[in-house]
Amino acid sequence: MDFKNSDTIPGPRTEDRLPHTAEAAVKIVIVGGFGVGKTTMVGSVSEIRPLTTEETMTQAGIGVDDNYGSASKTATTVAMDFGRISITDQLVLYLFGTPGQERFWFLWNGLFEGALGAVVLVDTRRLDVSFDVMGRLEERGVPFVVAVNTFPDAPRYPVAELRGALDLAEEIPILDCDVRRRASSRDVLLTLTRFLHSIAMKGPLG
Amino acid sequence: MTPPQRQRRSPGQEPYAASSAAGPPSKDDGTPNPERLFVIGGEGGGERADIDLVTLIVARADPPVSATPEQAALLRLCAAPLSAAELSAYLGLPFSVVTVLLTDLLATELVQARAPVVRQKVADRNLLEAVMHGLQKL
Ligand SMILES: Nc1nc2c(ncn2[C@@H]2O[C@H](COP(=O)(O)OP(=O)(O)O)[C@@H](O)[C@H]2O)c(=O)[nH]1
Ligand SMILES: [Mg+2]
Repeated sequence: MDFKNSDTIPGPRTEDRLPHTAEAAVKIVIVGGFGVGKTTMVGSVSEIRPLTTEETMTQAGIGVDDNYGSASKTATTVAMDFGRISITDQLVLYLFGTPGQERFWFLWNGLFEGALGAVVLVDTRRLDVSFDVMGRLEERGVPFVVAVNTFPDAPRYPVAELRGALDLAEEIPILDCDVRRRASSRDVLLTLTRFLHSIAMKGPLG
Repeated sequence: MTPPQRQRRSPGQEPYAASSAAGPPSKDDGTPNPERLFVIGGEGGGERADIDLVTLIVARADPPVSATPEQAALLRLCAAPLSAAELSAYLGLPFSVVTVLLTDLLATELVQARAPVVRQKVADRNLLEAVMHGLQKL
């Protein structure tokens, strides 16, 4: 990007600007394997065209040479799509679509912990790609729901069988969705929010 | 067809978290766990402000003549509130680079940061109810 001409950087379109009253934001993370429908889901509910933020990750060379600085380093760029939903004039919700197979994301302090909760989006043809992600969310105490994006040729399992296979407690919602449909994606987010609310009601002040 | 079987984990059960000073823990097969060797954002550098992806940033002033081109671009973008993630997207800069820029701009009071609401042990019911109502309107 040519910063010499910073006047020409395309910023948000007028209709994509937040009002000056916006004072706080919350985030929800949508996590799942490649091609499971994360970006489609973000796009179907977002009020802005989905945007992409990237981060670089430096991997220190692995080898016998343990001297700091002399080890070779490789930099990798990882990208995450996100969208936005204005809840009120004061509160904004952001949705981040995060590739679940990248262990890197779990090193990013606050990406998951700071989120209200997570949606684990799964494809029943490749259920096991989400096993590690779910385990990591459990370790960190991040509440999540499981949304099955129903592709036409994917096997259909009864919810009870899926719950058993995923070893999920009875209270964790599991639901089908078609992320191409706004109403369906919204229902997934509503299910997560209701679940978070039920957890809050059980809290010490409940 | 039966689905593959997972086993649930419990909070705090992080297999590699409590590693000793003996270096990166090994997997069962003796290869080092590569996860411990990743550094986010490349160069370490100095102190960085605590900026979340969804910290809302608002410019407090027009870009001063002393501003770098990156700073000037950022300040123009957040004439109205914008999340740090959106700044990263519009500027085409990695998020960690944006946090470095913002650290300077916060120190010189050229921008204001509105901190996000993060999940707490006991989530705020009113907040969650607001989110539910907002989603129902979609
Ligand atoms: N048939 C069908 N296709 C879908 C569905 N969701 C996503 N796709 C398609 O699957 C592909 C991958 O989706 P994408 O959102 O990019 O996945 P991501 O890698 O998780 O971000 C795209 O071509 C989508 O159009 C769905 O519910 N049904
Ligand atoms: Mg994607």
